[in-house]
Amino acid sequence: MVRIIDLSKSFGSNEILRGVNLDVRRGQVSCILGRSGSGKSTMLRCINHLEKPSSGAVVVEGEVIGYKLKHGRLHELKAKEIARQRAKTGMVFQAFNTFPHLTVLENLIEAPVRVLGRKPEEVRGEALAMLDLVGLKDRAATYPGRLSGGQQQRVAIARALVMKPSVMLFDEPTSALDPELVGEVLEVMKDLAATGMTMIVVTHEIGFARSVADEVVFMSGGTVAEIGPPSQVIDDPQVESTRQFLRSMSERSTAPVR
Amino acid sequence: MVKTEERPGTPAPVIDREVLSRDVVPLRHPGRTLAAVVLVFLLVVLGQSLVTNSNFQWPTVWFYLFNPQIMAGLGRTLLLTAVAMSLGIVLGILLAAARLSENKVLSGLAGGYLWFFRGTPLLIQLVFWYNLSALYPRLGLGVPFGGPEFFGADTNDVLNVWLVALLGLALHESAYMAEIVRGGLLSVPRQQTEAALALGMSPLLVFRRIILPQALRVIIPPTGNQVIGMLKYSSLVSVIALPDLLYSAQLIYTQTFETIPLLIVVSLWYLLCTSVLSVAQGYVERYYGRSVAAQPTGRPRRPWEDAARPPPRPPSPPARPPPRPPRRSAHEPALQHRAQRPHEQPDHQLDRHR
Repeated sequence: MVRIIDLSKSFGSNEILRGVNLDVRRGQVSCILGRSGSGKSTMLRCINHLEKPSSGAVVVEGEVIGYKLKHGRLHELKAKEIARQRAKTGMVFQAFNTFPHLTVLENLIEAPVRVLGRKPEEVRGEALAMLDLVGLKDRAATYPGRLSGGQQQRVAIARALVMKPSVMLFDEPTSALDPELVGEVLEVMKDLAATGMTMIVVTHEIGFARSVADEVVFMSGGTVAEIGPPSQVIDDPQVESTRQFLRSMSERSTAPVR
Repeated sequence: MVKTEERPGTPAPVIDREVLSRDVVPLRHPGRTLAAVVLVFLLVVLGQSLVTNSNFQWPTVWFYLFNPQIMAGLGRTLLLTAVAMSLGIVLGILLAAARLSENKVLSGLAGGYLWFFRGTPLLIQLVFWYNLSALYPRLGLGVPFGGPEFFGADTNDVLNVWLVALLGLALHESAYMAEIVRGGLLSVPRQQTEAALALGMSPLLVFRRIILPQALRVIIPPTGNQVIGMLKYSSLVSVIALPDLLYSAQLIYTQTFETIPLLIVVSLWYLLCTSVLSVAQGYVERYYGRSVAAQPTGRPRRPWEDAARPPPRPPSPPARPPPRPPRRSAHEPALQHRAQRPHEQPDHQLDRHR
């Protein structure tokens, strides 16, 4: 489903990723843990080519993201073709990034209509159903600026889902939220995982990772340090850096997952 | 230093519920009141002189107010403003895009253009274009460096006063608009672009549907200023003898010597036009600001706050009882508005401009 091969990324002389390899199967929920600066977000952003890899590649559903394989070489794709590839991956950001000039419903309808060329009336129904799913149907006509952070993040999730992506990328979706709002967003993500959606979640919510993830990936220093089921990586870590990280995390309280 | 002594015996201020139930005596501002009285008095004196001073020649003003020549001049001024401004805006957007381009040559050229057209007076630019034939007697399309010419014409045949005026005004305006547009585009957080790209939108679509509409909120107020400025700067075309509103009046008063009344006529028309434009600007601004119309503090959210700022908290039950009405003096009604939180306002308020 998603295969990351020898992925490296540097910003100038700053090496963020040093040869990451990762496989995520269809329907699998992978939680990426690690300290800030360990390359989690950069890796996630390479999956939909918001960051261009310095070397290595990301393959989603058999397609190299951002490149075309021709005569044994990778050729950069045009912006339009990258856009077409991106439409298959949904992304949820730490800062929500809802469109403030559009109502909640318009936020959802924009991409399916403009990118997939679907009929607005048709998408409308689906969008409202999606809003119902995340518990915000009554806020359809509201502007995002008047919603709480948790509500905005749920709008952002719904906005990604109406594109019917084959994989959902979450970049610390609850890190910008007030503690009491974290639960409502994790709840929606938990429901989504139950529907069989393929999800890659960069998070600091250990509780969520333990109860929802099929696989936990611990990143350190730009590589995958440890990978395995939550029962292993979280409860019985083999690597010292994982142990250190988990110890520092347990010192602060994490919001419980209901 | 002075040593402050503890005085344990200081009595607590005497206050009881009865005192609290009476209206608070508002603070007086004698300075402000005095200034207001003086200014109103001066205004009355000025008004009286406007009416009684016969040198203003009000009957002459009325006589020329709807004079066909003046009307035609007004029409030309409006046309000139509209066309020059439209061209200026389109060119300005292109220039802003060029300045923001990652291509160093494009951004450098755009920078040089701004440097030149913002750095020389509009009046000189107009006269320059008017005398272009002195530099280039012929304009044409052909192979440069002495190659053959495919077609061409005398500069003075191509550039009539209208073209010169439009060229001068629009090119000058585009330099200012470019900076306004650039500022607007930069005010939209980069994450908006990323979010739109992540949804599979092409860069052009992102610009048109996500970035530009948000930038317009920042672009429109100064653009309104520019339109109003353009209306008045267009009077500079009188130096190249294009009979706009001002030049039409000048044509009349050079013959009749009724300079003052005709300048009053012209000023009245300029004032009317700028007033109409100001009102129109208000409506356009409200339209583009509709998504932030009901922000918590009533102040529009600054663009950089959109991404980083944790959004307002969800409704919480009122913790305190509302302040007792009798205590609030007439000077404090603003308190009521400030206390109102965004989620307590009905949704339909937001949508009234749609």
